[in-house]
Amino acid sequence: MTAFPKASIAAALMALSGAPAGAQGIDETVNQIFADSTGWFVNLIFSNFPGTSFPWIVGWLVVAATIFTIYFGVIQFRAFGHAIALVRGDYSNPDDAGEVSHFQALTTALSGTVGLGNIAGVAVAVGIGGPGATFWMILAGLLGMASKFTECTLGVKYRNEYADGTVSGGPMYYMTKGFAARGLPGGKVLAVLFAVFCILGSFGGGNMFQSNQAHAQIINVVGDYPGWITGLVMAIIVFLVIVGGLKSIASVTEKVVPFMAALYVITALIIIAMNYDMIGTAFRQIFVGAFTNDGVVGGAIGALIQGFRRAAFSNEAGIGSAAIAHSAVRTKEPVTEGFVSLLEPFIDTVVICTMTALVIIITGQLVVDPATGLFLQNEAGNQIQTVTGNSGVALTSDAFSSAFGWFRYILVLAVVLFAFSTMISWSYYGLKAWTFLFGEGQTKELIFKIIFCLFVVIGASANLGPIIDFSDAAIFAMAIPNIIALYLLMPIVKAETRSYLDRLKTGEIRKFA
Amino acid sequence: MSRKIVVGFDGSDASLRALDFAITRAQAQGDSILIAHVLEWSPYSFLTPSEVEERHRRRTEELQRAETAILTPVLKRVEEAGIPVSTSIRYGHIAETLCRIARDEGAAMIFIGRMGDSGFASRIFGSVAATLAQVAPVPVVIVP
Repeated sequence: MTAFPKASIAAALMALSGAPAGAQGIDETVNQIFADSTGWFVNLIFSNFPGTSFPWIVGWLVVAATIFTIYFGVIQFRAFGHAIALVRGDYSNPDDAGEVSHFQALTTALSGTVGLGNIAGVAVAVGIGGPGATFWMILAGLLGMASKFTECTLGVKYRNEYADGTVSGGPMYYMTKGFAARGLPGGKVLAVLFAVFCILGSFGGGNMFQSNQAHAQIINVVGDYPGWITGLVMAIIVFLVIVGGLKSIASVTEKVVPFMAALYVITALIIIAMNYDMIGTAFRQIFVGAFTNDGVVGGAIGALIQGFRRAAFSNEAGIGSAAIAHSAVRTKEPVTEGFVSLLEPFIDTVVICTMTALVIIITGQLVVDPATGLFLQNEAGNQIQTVTGNSGVALTSDAFSSAFGWFRYILVLAVVLFAFSTMISWSYYGLKAWTFLFGEGQTKELIFKIIFCLFVVIGASANLGPIIDFSDAAIFAMAIPNIIALYLLMPIVKAETRSYLDRLKTGEIRKFA
Repeated sequence: MSRKIVVGFDGSDASLRALDFAITRAQAQGDSILIAHVLEWSPYSFLTPSEVEERHRRRTEELQRAETAILTPVLKRVEEAGIPVSTSIRYGHIAETLCRIARDEGAAMIFIGRMGDSGFASRIFGSVAATLAQVAPVPVVIVP
């Protein structure tokens, strides 16, 4: 029998964060209070379909992504080339130079999603679900492109533009304005629900999970010390940026993160090339593991759940966060930003996550029983036995440093920077939801920002188990109101898309020379 | 016949010298002048979410500031010299944008000042004058 793998992720990652020392009193108290107060919420979001071990929320996201894929006629493949042309600026009016370009909107949104999900999350998925999880992760990434397309088009179409030239957009706005436009009731209720979950998500996956994993990665290299110290340092830096308006730190991060991501992918490609004789085997394991029981926890279904769950957590398709990030772009056609945004799950999941998975598989981190050819499980029976006994971000670190020893130091830097840029992005998403609920104003915004910084400290202090559960739960909860809204508003997106593609075909919309 | 001279102008002493030189040429030959100010901008830079949100407002402010602080003061000077004058403010890569303005406006020449950076810095970052000399569609006058 297999309990839902949530418990196993917790156990697996608990090992990674190191045994908590008894002397760390503050950490333990924080941890206990945190676990006690959030358990009910986690259980609600991750309850299974009756009689199965399949969490309903994962099904909710994947079914939605599939429906959008069919409804828009595989838009993610039809519009892929055009999306790249838009990002290159082929269709941007030179007179609009100086406004936010498609490229900038895409990279800003990406810096919120490329992060620990790609490094730690994938290792968790492959560590529990085996190579087969990779297949489902890629599939979820490809399907998720259609969800992103839908939500980001709506985000731009129903954003608020203020007299001073600033823009606010996101699910809260398409829920209220879009529902009103179609004469549907309940938009306000959904919007409030979304905003509440978005604030929780900004404290969870967008914040605590990040500081927690950054701390885990730091102690992995420099040795153990209490988490609240890392938390406090990170909280102070975040505070300086979001409250003090210290732009320099944020802009340095924004510039370094893309290079770290590129370095990560290139290193992965080099490691894969160095083991070129293993590529065939790796892909065979990925396909076989996706459909048959190769000895992993929960068999093929276990692989599927892990793949889908980590993909959704990593690329946030259907969650609604990207709609907030993309809505500030300067464009007359909302659907163009939808096209651009569909590249996001592709880059995040299909490219970067797959790299992590391939490196772990190809460098032979997962132990196979020579007698049966199946993967061996660890003593607790909650994940695959690994060469070093590590899991999570430490497993990724092992895989990369088996080829290049120095890469573990690069990875620490990457993890800390990714964590930081994700926090900055999510502090913005959370703030947008906060001001939607409580209105704009200096004091109100300051209150949110201070609470946000407090959660940075809590995240680094608490154990990973309760943190990752709450982080997942809070982020996935956003998908409940968001996808309901997407279903109800998708005819609007379809009309926009048809009109735009027609004008593109007739040459009314043309490239600027 | 009257031709149009594009003067790359950023308010610096060098660009003032270029403008003055352009004025004397225009007076002598009956040309008109287009004062072009380019704000350095790349659509491929990376921004934070709050920078993205404020971009449109910032752009409006930047354009206004360029208009009042940089172009308006010199506009008078050219007008007083009795030369037909127009202005243009654009965002983009400086040399490329000056070339585009020259092409769009059917200009006959581009006048620019030279910052006079020599050696290391300009080897690394390149200079507007050198780039223009390489790629401009019309003759370029570089004023020292």
